[in-house]
Amino acid sequence: MSEEKKPKRRDFLYTASYAVGAVGIGAAVWPLIDQMNPDSSVKALASTEVDVSLVEPGKSITVLWRGKPVFIKRRTQEEISEARAVNLDDLIDPEKDEDRAKNPEWLVMLGVCTHLGCVPLEDKGDYNGWFCPCHGSHYDTSGRIRKGPAPENMQIPKYEFVSSNIIKIG
Amino acid sequence: MSDHNYVPSSKLGKWFNDRLPLLSLSAHLREYPTPKNLNYWWTFGGILTFCLFGQIITGIVLAMHYVAQADLAFESVEHIMRDVNYGWLIRYFHANGSSMFFLAVYIHIFRSLYYGSHKSPREVIWIIGMIIYFLMMMTAFMGYVLPWGQMSFWAATVITNLFSAVPFIGESITNWLWGGYAVDSPTLTRFYALHYLFPFLILGLVILHIWALHIPGNNNPVGIDVKKPSKDTVPFHPYIVIKDLFALLVFLTLFAFFVFYAPNLLGHPDNYIEANPLVTPTHIVPEWYLLPFYAILRSIPDKLLGVVAMFASIFVLIILPWLDTSKIRSAIFRPLYKQFYWILVLDVIVLGYMGALPPEGIYLLIARVATAYYFIHFLVILPVLGSKEKTIPLPLSISEPVLNEASDVVKNNKMNTE
Amino acid sequence: MKFYFKIIFILFILFTFNNQKIEAGENNKEFLKVDWSFKGVFGKFDRASLQRGYQVYTEVCASCHSMKLLSYRNLAEKGGPEFSKEQAKAIASNFELTDGPNSDGDMFTRSAKLSDKFVKPYQNIQEAKASNGGAYPPDLSVLVKARSGGANYVYSVLLGYDDPPSDVILDDGVYYNTYMTGNKIMMPNPLSEGLVEYNDGTKATEEQMTKDVVTFLAWAAEPHLEARHKIGFKAIIYLLILSILAYFSMKRLWSRIEPEV
Repeated sequence: MSEEKKPKRRDFLYTASYAVGAVGIGAAVWPLIDQMNPDSSVKALASTEVDVSLVEPGKSITVLWRGKPVFIKRRTQEEISEARAVNLDDLIDPEKDEDRAKNPEWLVMLGVCTHLGCVPLEDKGDYNGWFCPCHGSHYDTSGRIRKGPAPENMQIPKYEFVSSNIIKIG
Repeated sequence: MSDHNYVPSSKLGKWFNDRLPLLSLSAHLREYPTPKNLNYWWTFGGILTFCLFGQIITGIVLAMHYVAQADLAFESVEHIMRDVNYGWLIRYFHANGSSMFFLAVYIHIFRSLYYGSHKSPREVIWIIGMIIYFLMMMTAFMGYVLPWGQMSFWAATVITNLFSAVPFIGESITNWLWGGYAVDSPTLTRFYALHYLFPFLILGLVILHIWALHIPGNNNPVGIDVKKPSKDTVPFHPYIVIKDLFALLVFLTLFAFFVFYAPNLLGHPDNYIEANPLVTPTHIVPEWYLLPFYAILRSIPDKLLGVVAMFASIFVLIILPWLDTSKIRSAIFRPLYKQFYWILVLDVIVLGYMGALPPEGIYLLIARVATAYYFIHFLVILPVLGSKEKTIPLPLSISEPVLNEASDVVKNNKMNTE
Repeated sequence: MKFYFKIIFILFILFTFNNQKIEAGENNKEFLKVDWSFKGVFGKFDRASLQRGYQVYTEVCASCHSMKLLSYRNLAEKGGPEFSKEQAKAIASNFELTDGPNSDGDMFTRSAKLSDKFVKPYQNIQEAKASNGGAYPPDLSVLVKARSGGANYVYSVLLGYDDPPSDVILDDGVYYNTYMTGNKIMMPNPLSEGLVEYNDGTKATEEQMTKDVVTFLAWAAEPHLEARHKIGFKAIIYLLILSILAYFSMKRLWSRIEPEV
């Protein structure tokens, strides 16, 4: 009868020790993993403010945000109409231009080809938009993929106009 | 080494073990017969292994953020302290871990001196240990240079300048070490490379150290060989594992106190000043664990002889198994040696203390006396004691009574010198 | 057992004499002591004091002393003065720095952002020295850790300006200080009663400003002090608990073979 009791008590001590030990090991390991996450100086640069007052219609600028290029294009009325006129069924990655550019005059998107990450060239390609020379992807005036191996439209980051001339990205 | 006929229980295990006997190795380590009378001074081997892995892991993680370039090093360390997630914790662990590593190694070495663990047949274990200790000192020295504070820079300058004492080729050696005409960025980058490398050399030597240990097996507090494994020993797992674990946790509590509540107590404030080749700190001191050697170095008025004396103080430890001529291992049964042992401990502490003080006046005198005594202990006292000392009779075996310090036992065995 | 007492005795000797080690003989005057809120196991920074200290630094010290390791965003981070993000942004925008090149290839000035490091008063050490009679006003980012005596030392020096004893001759631009190592300092007494008008209305006595600015400097040197104390307390309690569990596990295991271990 006391045989029954002994293992239980002994096991409890050992189980408790293992459990408490495991918690400690977890707590000790976490900082070693978390230190590889973006540190606070990197996170401080997570958003960028850009002054676009000098950008003329039809022109664009490229800024660096989180280490990647962002195209900010001030579109002409022609480019906007062209983008809006496209039938969604013709698109590889259907997306309305209105959803991509809330303020139709300004197109803000990540200048990174969604195929394998090259930076597409402006005013090139068959759709009056961008052309990626690496593997021949063509993008339209809304930055949407029209022809070529890229699977998705160029990504629209989080951004907002904090004043009439300043866009905060991220 | 292993005459277990260990057969893994699973088929996969057996298949693997036939090709690479890791499971046999694991079984050997678990079953390894360890004297059952080991006291807590024997737990420091396990503690040291933890320290080594702790330093390696935190070191590699720090290396992900540190920049080894003279203009950027100090700032990169502060970047770790301020911006990197838990960077302050990892840095303080690594810096204080170095001190804890040396605390443990000194206890480990002094355990050996007290109980005769360096004596036959464990001489090679001892020598490998001395090489590990030497590599540890080099690693710690180079590591201390990396933050590129005032102490980093000037300690590097002072110690590398020592090599210019070598006749004829001294200056060439020093310039070769520096990669220039003074300590500068090239010195820093090569120290970084070597600081990263040496711990892995230490790791390899630790494996050899343990392998060499497992041939004769552990020494024990009474210093007599195991007579009957079934009576005198216990399997390493779980008995020694749990004891080592308990001791490690107590050690870690002390470690945690330093890391969290006194992280800069063992360091020097001057190392929070950026390195300046044009301004020398008032007192250049190494970290505490190198102070005894620093004291020996500075107690000799001649530069070259000072360097020789410093290296000799380590060399004299390496040849210790042949200097200590006593057939009795443990100081428990060597009442005269025991007294000299404690005087040596005091002597080393005094040397350490003097190493932190300016080498002037009374301090210099004390350092010189302590240095002389250090060499006298090893070169004169130990050899003489071996033949002249009257030792206490040894017990019959480990499991036979009894561990009060001067046990008076029935029979002498043939290990006695009479 | 006697063995352990010997060890404890040795450790005791080591620790007792540790603090006096190097600085013995240099300055025999003991520093002024303050009951700092951040000392001790549960030490924390006084937020209001940190904010006032920042004000003292900006208005009095920053014209000569840089704090190049700090960023404006640190002022809003946990464990520090904890200004709001808006406040910290506003503080940053008061300072101008050079950035560039822009797309024309030119460098330009702009106001500082949260992500920028504290703007320095001088471009480089040489300019700092030239503007201060050849002496470099040290960067204050880690000063409290870079001086033996830490916060107490810095506090003492700031309040330690006295008339020199009769046998000490001072050159031009050198001042006597009771607590400064070497007793000579090239910074004139920076603080005087009412020099700063505190935003929170606290009376700006010399002691108050010194206490506040030193608290600020102590935080600047150790911005994660509070997290360190908090985690440390938990870690040590945890280790004590686990040690006790390990101890009893050990006793339980060894009881199998040693009837009276």
